Amino acid sequence: MDNQRRKFLKLAGAAALAGIGAPTLVRLSSSSALAAEHGASAEPHGKTIDPGPQGIRLGMIIDMRKFTEQPMLLDRAVTACNEAHNIPLIDSAKSEIKWIWKTPFENAFPEQSSYHMAKNVKDSEFLVLCNHCDEPPCVRACPTQATFKLKTNGIVAMDYHRCIGCRFCMAACPYGARSFNWEDPRPYIKKYNKDFATRMRGVVEKCTFCAERLALGLEPACVEACQGTGAMVFGDLNDGQSEIRQLLDQEFAIQRNPSLGTKPSVFYIV
Amino acid sequence: MIEKTLKGKPAYWIWLAVLGMFIAVGVACYARQYLFGLGLTGMSRDVSWGLYISQFTFLVGVAAGGVMLVLPYYVHDYKAFGKITILGEFLAIAAIIMCLLFIMADLGQPLRALNVLLYPTPSSMLFYDMLVLNGYLFLNILCGWVILTAERKQVHPPKWIYFFVYLSIPFAISIHTVTAMLYCGLPGRHFWLSAIIAPRFLASAFAAGPALIVLACLILKRVANFDAGKKAMNKLVTIIIYAALLNTFFVLLEVFVGYYSNIPGHKHSIEYLFFGLEHHGTIYNNLVPFMWTAVVLNFGALGLFAWPYARKNNEFLLGLSCVMIFFALWIDKGLGFVFAGFIPNPLHEITEYIPTANEIGITLGIWAVGFLVVTLLFKIAVSVEHEIEK
Repeated sequence: MDNQRRKFLKLAGAAALAGIGAPTLVRLSSSSALAAEHGASAEPHGKTIDPGPQGIRLGMIIDMRKFTEQPMLLDRAVTACNEAHNIPLIDSAKSEIKWIWKTPFENAFPEQSSYHMAKNVKDSEFLVLCNHCDEPPCVRACPTQATFKLKTNGIVAMDYHRCIGCRFCMAACPYGARSFNWEDPRPYIKKYNKDFATRMRGVVEKCTFCAERLALGLEPACVEACQGTGAMVFGDLNDGQSEIRQLLDQEFAIQRNPSLGTKPSVFYIV
Repeated sequence: MIEKTLKGKPAYWIWLAVLGMFIAVGVACYARQYLFGLGLTGMSRDVSWGLYISQFTFLVGVAAGGVMLVLPYYVHDYKAFGKITILGEFLAIAAIIMCLLFIMADLGQPLRALNVLLYPTPSSMLFYDMLVLNGYLFLNILCGWVILTAERKQVHPPKWIYFFVYLSIPFAISIHTVTAMLYCGLPGRHFWLSAIIAPRFLASAFAAGPALIVLACLILKRVANFDAGKKAMNKLVTIIIYAALLNTFFVLLEVFVGYYSNIPGHKHSIEYLFFGLEHHGTIYNNLVPFMWTAVVLNFGALGLFAWPYARKNNEFLLGLSCVMIFFALWIDKGLGFVFAGFIPNPLHEITEYIPTANEIGITLGIWAVGFLVVTLLFKIAVSVEHEIEK
């Protein structure tokens, strides 16, 4: 059994124990290929020799063609995230907390020219979130390892109990993906989800690619909210058989500010 | 030697009381912030560092400036600095204490500060900043105290102390270099992403620190009958002039790179600082009056310094030029440099930063702590000096 699959099965194991979501998870990481074609995947010059450079690396495609057709999906995705993660709805640009939000093209991609831009791009809003970079500057900057990259799947995660609130990661993130709890967020939570921890004041937070849902074999909340539309595709970027890779192989996709060398895991089909 | 701080003229006690008042207000403001959170400051999701970190950045420079006395005196045996080198070391102690207080005031979870030690992270520049700042604080306390004690007993300082004195020189350079690296290693923040930040920080530090020492000497001459000596003062002024010129040169280089390359990211922050940045019909220009004040003060001070009468024969004009250059550098580094780095934000939106009264209260309180520490330490140093003279 190759290394990559062993790593994957660790993830799948959690789901099996929970006894739910196995089919979703299978699709998610395209492990149908792994499970069903065990022999096939260990072909002569197959993966047993070279398990791939990084194991599982989770990524996301945001397909703007679909969002342009159905713009209400944007709000659905944002709301699903807000409700899943007890995100406080603070009505002030100064103190707001956001993990995934809508913004025009020129803000999502300020390094791209928006001069004479196609009308449908100009008029539509883009979803932006943490890019779960392969080379995350926030992880480099954090003095306590309160934010770190999960070796098993590439997610850039947070430990809210270790964060000292120095906000070095916020200065380091070139995507503005991080929010700080300037005050106690709990009074601002509209709909409390008892399955996810609330945060306290004085710590930084951001999107976690729904690591807690993945462990249960569920897709990220925003992806689930767009289910069936193909507007958001989530999966293993290192698995050639995964849906996300097959889409990336076919379509031209862009990343936010790739020139900084952060290697974002979120792709946009415009 | 601490008992020296307990005897003084009424003016001394009034000064301490005034500082005590500011500290009390600062403590009260901090209590409010501690109980509510950093939401009581003007900082935001977009401008996530404000006055605290900018003061910290500036004061690291003041601390590093002390080396401009230590280096000539100990390495080049420049005897004229014999009487005032201790002032440089003591000023560094006060500045570092302020730095540490500003960092604590800025933390969202101050009680977890020791996590930096519990989970040491060599990839983080903050980890090294913690090491060099505390190291430099320790070295200055050690060297200052041992050498002053020896002076008081009128014996030569023990030989081993010189190891630490020489060690403090690279430490002084390193505190400001590492502080510059907090900024200049961050991708996506064009204004900070420049290799000249560290040299620029050092240049402004070597002007601001000595300017404060000259001011202190002028004040001590009046209130404590302590004369640093004309030769020492003139040499300090020379150091200030060269350092301030270098700093000006470095800033102008940044302006050239921004405007000649015409790369928007390199221009935005400079434009915001000096002319205001237009964005969707609104012009954001909060810092423009401050920056032009700094320009006027900077060149005004350089002009005054260039006038031999003002720098050698007129203590008022000398003091005025030192105040001017100090304020110019404070605006440049203690306000503009940090705030403008966040404008525009990574999504090219603009949020301006205006500190709140509570935040200013804490800031003044910490400055007052610094002045208190420096007053007490200088009092000790001057009293020992007078004791020897008797």
